[in-house]
Order: sequence, then structure tokens, then C-alpha cells
Amino acid sequence: MLTKRLIACFDVVEGRVTKAQQFQDNIDVAPAEELAQQLYDDQIDEIVFYDITASAQKRKIDLETVRRVAHHVFVPFTVGGGIRTVDDMFEVLKAGAEKISVDSMAVRNPGIIRAGAEAFGRQCIVLSTQVKRVGVRPGIPSGYEVFIDGAREATGLDALDWVRRGEDLGAGEIVVNSIDCDGTAAGYDLEITRAVADAVNVPIIASGGAGTVDHIADGLTVGGAQAAIISSILYSPRLDRNVGVRELKDGLAARNVLMRPYLP
Amino acid sequence: MIGIVDYRAGNAPSVGYALERLGIEHRLVATGAELEGCDRLILPGVGAARATLDSLRASGLVEPLSERVHSDGIPFLGICIGLQVLFEHSEEGDVAALGWIPGTVRRFDDDLRVPQIGWNSVHLRRDHPVTAEFPDGGHAYFVNSYYASPADPGHVLGETEYGVEFCSIVAHANIVATQFHAEKSGELGLRILSGFAEWTP
Repeated sequence: MLTKRLIACFDVVEGRVTKAQQFQDNIDVAPAEELAQQLYDDQIDEIVFYDITASAQKRKIDLETVRRVAHHVFVPFTVGGGIRTVDDMFEVLKAGAEKISVDSMAVRNPGIIRAGAEAFGRQCIVLSTQVKRVGVRPGIPSGYEVFIDGAREATGLDALDWVRRGEDLGAGEIVVNSIDCDGTAAGYDLEITRAVADAVNVPIIASGGAGTVDHIADGLTVGGAQAAIISSILYSPRLDRNVGVRELKDGLAARNVLMRPYLP
Repeated sequence: MIGIVDYRAGNAPSVGYALERLGIEHRLVATGAELEGCDRLILPGVGAARATLDSLRASGLVEPLSERVHSDGIPFLGICIGLQVLFEHSEEGDVAALGWIPGTVRRFDDDLRVPQIGWNSVHLRRDHPVTAEFPDGGHAYFVNSYYASPADPGHVLGETEYGVEFCSIVAHANIVATQFHAEKSGELGLRILSGFAEWTP
């Protein structure tokens, strides 16, 4: 049976993992390489790495850090940030990533999704979306709007329209990242996660807000997601207590969520 | 020396990092001449079948690969798309593939979430030196929209369930291939790579 996945998310600035709250106020956590090694040893299922300042600084992704992380991680590794062309994707794959995450750039140039899927296969392209609850209004029938550029720019795109389009263009996975819930440790936005899971046929990844095992279990069951992105719960200095991968997996198993068994 | 076939649609570096961790000698090979110096070969893959086959053909690698594997009989490991291209035909892009192993590659049913992405269990159907250290039912990381259906059930080494029971490890003479990413399946995946490095068919 296919199991659910726990994905550790790294927001990387100059080679170091940072932790934001609602996409702002990043505080330093640890060198990306070190944290990657530790989480691999703890048997995390997957790691996603965002070079969060590449796009804004109009520079290419930090390939050196990608390479250093890839050296320690023998589980899937997704990379995003500052990717504009198929050649950029190619460089990231050559640095040791399996999957490419596109977000703001895909909104500006949706053709990059199709071009990436044609070059490397649909499974290689992860469409990450920043969504915010804005209420139902003309053009936004779902009540959720897509934002870009670190949640700063509204796009006028309806979240469900955008993910359907992304799937049609060739995205192999879709991350639903709630701007409202990001870094709050108050739980995923289950409503939009479920709506996206029902709207498309590719795997869905819940993101933004997991603070407890119950939140993760809810995202993977009520929210209908196939995978859960976690970060604060693992290592945010803002939380009184961080929880390790093993304790999370044991907790999920106790809640009847099928996970990859822990190897002794 | 293990040669990891490096072509545009592949993820050869990831496989290289895994072998590096295991302390196994390897190098990336991109031309027919470079294949000559290798005594075993790995064909990795993350791409689409057509892109992979086009890329292998454009690099002039199909003939030299076939010669090393079939005439010289060196051990060969295919990974993910590197498994799918070994069959005769793929529904992905409706392409003729390498045809080293009889059978076809089919798409998962549309009532499933496709691609299959994640950790799934692999059930071993017989013993094989490459899987000697892999526990029956152990989990490995899959990313696939298509699956291989070997014509000869004797070529099935491992099976996995995703809507259908499909062949997740194929083995035939000096060829073995995994549908899952052995280089990205944690410690259990690394055991497959070391099993391959030590295998004498």
C-alpha cells in the first residue's frame, strides 16, 4: 500500500534554513546541510528546499547549497526558487534534486510547467501555490485567491481554477500552502486543501500551519492530502517544544494514518 | 568501476552521491567510448520515456549500451524510467523502447491519483543476489505514472500494489531494474545498490 508522506520544508537564505511566520520575519535555524543530514538520519520521507530570496533578488538558485544537501539526502529532494527556464531546471536536477518546485514564476509564465513536464516528465514538476482566504467574490468563486512573491502580490486567480490549469499543463504534484496558516502552528487550512484534493487527480501536499500530530493527521485524512509539509513543528525556535520525525510517525500510526515504517 | 549513464533526462548525480556514500567506485558516462571502461552499468531516470529514448539515441548510447550488456554480459541496473525503457513498447508517448525484456509499459488507471508518488511496499517473488539484503515487504520510493508488464512472469522479481499488482523489480540474466528510485529509498534503497555492486550474474 502507498503510504502518506512527511516532508520537511527548508526555507533557505544564504545556505541556512530559516523559519518565517505568515511569510515574514524569518529567523535563523541551522545550516541546510546539517539539518538535512539530521532529518535523513531521523528517516524523514522527503525534503523540499526553497531558495526564498532567489526570485526577489532576480538571481539564480544557490546550486552549491543544493549540491551539498543532496550529498546527504537519500530520500526525494525537491528544489524551488529562482527557476525561470528549462535550463535552470536541468541545472537543479544535475545538482542532485529529483523534483522542481515552481510557484510565482509559473503564474507569470504558465508555459514553464508544460515545458518542464515535457523535458523531464510530469512527476518532476511540483506546482506550489500560495493561497489566501479572501471570501467568495467575482472571479474568485472558491473564496481563495492565489498570491505570489512571498504572499505579497495578489494575482486575481482563483485557487481552484489555477490548480486545475496547473494539472492540465503538466504539474505532477500540487502544494497547497495557506498564507493565513503559515507558521502559526494552528493547523492546515483543511477547507482549501480538501477542495484542491477534490479538484485535481495528482497528489496533493498540505502546507502551512502544522503544529501538532493531530494537525498532520487531519491534513492527511480530512484534508485529503497525500503528503504533509512540516517545518515549525520540527525545528521552529518559536515553539516551546519541537517534535522529532519518529514521534510524529508513531503518533500518525496511532491515528491510523499509514506511514513508512521506521527502520530499527 | 560502475558507469552511471548520464544523459539529459536523467538524474545521474543523485545515483553518484548514493554510490559515494557507499564507498563504491563509479563515474558518470555520457559516450559510447566512456562505457568501454566500465564493468557494470546503471541507467538512471526521472524523465518521460520518449524524452529518455530520444536523449539516449541522440547521444549515440543505444548501440554501445546494448553491446556492453548483451555481447559483453556486464551487470546492468535500470532505475525508474531506466526500467521502463528496457521493454518493447511504452504507452507513454506510444514509443518503441529498447526491447531487451519482452513486455510492455502501461499507464495506471485514471481512477487512481497519477503519478503514484511515495513510499510503497515491495514484495519479493523469489531470491536474487541484488535483493539479498532487502526485506520482503520493505518500503521504497516510487514516482511513476506508468508500470511495466513483463510478458514472462519469470522476469518478475518484486511486485507492488497500486490499483494493480505491478512489477516493481524486474530481473533477467545480467539485467536487473527497479521501478522505484533505489538511490532515493533511504537505507533500504542503498542496500539494493550495494547488492548490485557485488553481484556476479
